[in-house]
Amino acid sequence: MQTVKPVEQQKVTLQQYDTVRRLTLGKVIIYLCLISLAVICIIPFYLMLIYSTHNNATIASTFTFLPGPFLLDNYTNMASKINIWRGFANSFFIAGTSTVLSLYIGSLTAYGFAKFKFKGRNWLFLFLLATMMVPGQLALIGMYRLFSTLGLLDSYAAIILPAAANAFNVFFIKQFMESSIPDEIIESARVDSAGEFRTFNQIVLPILGPAISALGIFTFIGSWNNFLTPLVLFFSLDKYPLPVLVALVQGYYGMDYGLLYLGVAISILPIIIVFAIFSRQIIGSVALGAVKG
Amino acid sequence: MFAKSIRKDHYGYYFIAPFFILFAIFGLYPILYSLYISFTNFDGITTPDFVGMGNYIAVLQDPLFYKTLFNTLFIWGVSVVPQLTVSLVLAFILNDKLLKGRDIFRAVYFFPNIVTAASLGLLVSLIFDWQSGGLNHFLVQVGLIDNPINWKNNPWFMRLIVSSILFFQYFGYSMVIYLAGLQGIDPALQEAAQMDGAKKKHIFIHIIVPMLRPIILFQMITSIIGGIQIFDQPFTLTNGSGGPDRAAMTSIMYLYNVAFQSTRFGYGAAIAFCLFIIIILLSVVSFMMTKRKSRA
Repeated sequence: MQTVKPVEQQKVTLQQYDTVRRLTLGKVIIYLCLISLAVICIIPFYLMLIYSTHNNATIASTFTFLPGPFLLDNYTNMASKINIWRGFANSFFIAGTSTVLSLYIGSLTAYGFAKFKFKGRNWLFLFLLATMMVPGQLALIGMYRLFSTLGLLDSYAAIILPAAANAFNVFFIKQFMESSIPDEIIESARVDSAGEFRTFNQIVLPILGPAISALGIFTFIGSWNNFLTPLVLFFSLDKYPLPVLVALVQGYYGMDYGLLYLGVAISILPIIIVFAIFSRQIIGSVALGAVKG
Repeated sequence: MFAKSIRKDHYGYYFIAPFFILFAIFGLYPILYSLYISFTNFDGITTPDFVGMGNYIAVLQDPLFYKTLFNTLFIWGVSVVPQLTVSLVLAFILNDKLLKGRDIFRAVYFFPNIVTAASLGLLVSLIFDWQSGGLNHFLVQVGLIDNPINWKNNPWFMRLIVSSILFFQYFGYSMVIYLAGLQGIDPALQEAAQMDGAKKKHIFIHIIVPMLRPIILFQMITSIIGGIQIFDQPFTLTNGSGGPDRAAMTSIMYLYNVAFQSTRFGYGAAIAFCLFIIIILLSVVSFMMTKRKSRA
C-alpha cells in the first residue's frame, strides 16, 4: 500500500485538473441539482417549526416562512389537552429498554454464532437470517391474542419483549465480531480459566463497544418511530408513545393547527437532535449492514 | 485429549438460547397462531370456529382487498422506480472524491429516512390541507392558482402524495446503500476506463450499474417487503380513513381496519398471509429478473 500511494496521488491531481478544466457548466448544474434536492429535504421540517409558532388565524389565512409569536400559546393549549411529555417519556422508556435488551441479547447470540462451532450452527443462522424477510404484520394478530392471554395487552412488555429478539442486530454484530475479535483473546481468557460468560461480559463486550453504540442509535431511532404495534397493542392514552399520541391528536383536535404543528415538531425534534450529533455513525451502520449482506 | 478440554463449543447453545427462546415465544408462535386464526372466524370474544379455507376464499373474492392491493402496489411502484434510479445517480455523483460538501449532502439526503414516518404523514397532511395548508397559500400568493385546490379530495393525487412521501423518505437510504456498494468496486476499473477515454455517462452505464447488480437486487427485494407493509404515512396522512374513496388505503391499513377496528381477526389474518404470499412471489420474480439480465 505504501509504495502505491504516490502514484495514486498523482492520478488524483491529474483527474482534478481534468475536471476543473472541462466540466465547469456541468459542475454548476450538478451542484444546483444537489442543492435544490437538499432544500426540498429540509423545507417541510422548516415549515413545521415555523408554523408551530403561529396561531390558527395566521396559519389558515397566509403563507409564511418567518417565525411568529405564538409558540408559548400553542404549547399551553397543547399542554391543557394532552400530556405530551408523558408520551415523550413512554417513547424514551420503550425505545431505551428495547435497545439495551436487543443489543445485549444480540451480542450474546452473535458471539455464540461467531466463536463456537456447535452442531446445526449454520442452519440456525440461516433460519435467523430468513426471519428478517418475514413481514412483522404476519405476527400482529397472533401477538394481540398472545398478549391478551398473558394479560400483557396495554403493557410496555408487549412492545419490548418482541423487540428484544432483533435478527438484524445479531447479523450486524456477528459481522463486526468476526473481523475485530481474534480467537486468541478468547483462548487466552480460557487458559486463565475465566468462565465463558465472564469472558463475554468482561472482554468481548467492551471490544464491541463502538460498533454496538452505532447500532444502538439506529435501533433506538427505529423503536422510537415504531407506530403500528403500539397502535394495536396499547389502549390507554397515558401509555402511547409519542408518534402514536401525536397521530391520534389529529382526530381530536384536527382544527387546532398550531397545536398539531407543535405536536409533530416535538415528536420529530429528538430525532433531529440525535441525527445532528450522530449522523456519521447512523449512516455508517446502514452502509455496513447492507454491504455485508 | 488436552486440546479437547479447551474446546467449549457446546457453550454456543447457551449464548444463542435467549434469542431463540424469545423469538420462539414472541415471534414464531404469534406467526403460527395467526396462521391458525386465519382458518377460524375468531372475533376476539366468542370461541373461534374452524372455517377451513373460508377466509381465504372470501379474501380472493373481496373487491376491497384488490383495491387496497392495487393502491399499495401503485404507491410502491411509483415511488420505488424513481427512488432506486435517482439514488443510484446520486451515489455515483457523491462518490466523487473531488465533489465539495459530499458528507453534508449525504447527511441531508439521508435525514428524512429516520424521521418518524407517522409524524411525517401528519405533517404532509397539514401542509396539503385545503384551507389551512401552506402549499395552497403559497401557490395563491405566488399567483399560480386563484383558488385553493382541494388536494385531498382527489384519489389519484392522494396516491401520488403517499408515493412522494416514500420517495422522500427512502431515496437517501438507497443512496447510502449504493454508496457502500460503490466502495467495493475497484477504482482502478474506473480509472482504466477514463484512460481509454470513456465519459462519465458510459462509465456509469457500463461499469457501475453492472457491478452494482447484487446491490440493486438487494434493494429491490427489501423494497418489495417494505412496500407491501406501507402503513404509517397513509394512515396519518388520511387520518386513518384511507382518503377519498379509500384511494390511499393500503393493504395493511385494510388489515388493521378489518382485524382491529371490526375485530374480524380470522379474516384479517387471512389477509396477512395472502400479502405474505404476494411478497414471496414478487421477490422471486425480481430475483429471476435480475438473474436473467446478468446472464445476457
